[in-house]
Amino acid sequence: METTTVTTTIDARGMPCPGPLMSLIGAIRQGQVDDVIEVLSSDDGSKTDIPAWVAKAQHELVEVVPEDGYARFRVRKVR
Amino acid sequence: MSGVPARIVVLGGGVGGTLVANLLDKRLGKDAAITVVDPTGMHDYQPGYLYLALNGANAHWLSRDERTLLRGGVDLAIEEAVRIHPDAGTVQLARGGSLAWDYLVIATGARLVYDEIPGLAEGSHGFYSLTEAERLRAALRTFSGGKIVIGVAGIPYKCPPAPVEFAMLLEEHLRDRGIRDRSEVVLASPLNRAFTIESASKIVQPIMRERGIQLETFFNVESVDPSAGIVSSLEGDKLEYDLLVLVPPHRGQDVISDSNLGDAGGWIPTNRSTLNAGGYERVFALGDATDLPISKSGSTAHFEAPVIASRIASLILGTAPAENYGGRVMCFLETGNGKATVLRFDYEHPPVPPEPSRGWHMAKWIFNRAYWETVPQGRLPDRAPGTMPKEVVR
Repeated sequence: METTTVTTTIDARGMPCPGPLMSLIGAIRQGQVDDVIEVLSSDDGSKTDIPAWVAKAQHELVEVVPEDGYARFRVRKVR
Repeated sequence: MSGVPARIVVLGGGVGGTLVANLLDKRLGKDAAITVVDPTGMHDYQPGYLYLALNGANAHWLSRDERTLLRGGVDLAIEEAVRIHPDAGTVQLARGGSLAWDYLVIATGARLVYDEIPGLAEGSHGFYSLTEAERLRAALRTFSGGKIVIGVAGIPYKCPPAPVEFAMLLEEHLRDRGIRDRSEVVLASPLNRAFTIESASKIVQPIMRERGIQLETFFNVESVDPSAGIVSSLEGDKLEYDLLVLVPPHRGQDVISDSNLGDAGGWIPTNRSTLNAGGYERVFALGDATDLPISKSGSTAHFEAPVIASRIASLILGTAPAENYGGRVMCFLETGNGKATVLRFDYEHPPVPPEPSRGWHMAKWIFNRAYWETVPQGRLPDRAPGTMPKEVVR
């Protein structure tokens, strides 16, 4: 099974919306092309906000992994 | 308690630092020797910059000598702190020497970082400092029509409602001057809505539509090209402008990073309930300086200050610290046309803002006027931190 190599993990659990998305945007700003940023979020709003922003900014949502009480959003910086 | 007074050093003479110092002096009297350390010795009422930029406030009204706001028992050192040594219990000062403390309160606020965004300093105006607000007021006086773009160049930033308020008040200002039909007002938001808090967006977005204020979503400013009059976003969009009004990126103060007490943004890791900073029992942080996931605003500092004062007093008097911060914030949001709404929330309860009304606008105006005589001295009546008004808890 192919696994994604995560470059940076941001633990935004407990952070209210829009904290997890803004943390992701900050990491994308600082990161390099092809980096995979993983955001851990327990906020329901992230389920719509993060995919919507990733699509708008033309990056790649690699996967969303549901966990107990939170989800892992893995995003590749494309440009 | 008797004997040698406890030494308390408060870094920063803004709303949080001033209020903590005054509350501690009131509570402890001769049991504490309190010193506020501030590099300027002046206290600014920052919410007033918005009104100044739109010609609705006088600069003299927005600044006071910090000494006049502190109780007689509190010392003021007009000094810049350059290093904090939590283990040694000292603060090193820029002009030499150091101050020893038994308890430290860090209320150093945020700094504005213009050089993180190419072209920002040269190409944009703002209202996040007195100088910027005065420059924007001058630019608006000569503005005779065109496209004004308002945006945010980084999160977190102080006073989250301010860009929306500015857009609303600016639109009214242009109407009053008879140049609205020759002007476009665009609010470029970093999110997919006008405001960070969803319930507040639901109130302000219909008003923006009604007034013809355009909303550009997911626009995180990446660069400004002043010669072309174009602002570009991280998402790959571009907006042309005749006048650009941006909130600059914010970071914690250098003293925090230089003391290895901050995270990557220079914000101090702070316990969300006790407000202890960096895991130190006798060090506390409040206001804009913390990393807490809550608004950076004077209101936040206002509600945090009594918690810190109570906990330090308990430690000094030998009682168990009992008071916790519940994330309480209250702020007004001006919607123009003489109306405003109010946002009251805490960690557990998102705001349920009422429909904008003249009453809340008047309340904001009275608060602006009454600030100097009430907030820094702790005279404003307050309910216990963590409790919420009825319309929020439902």
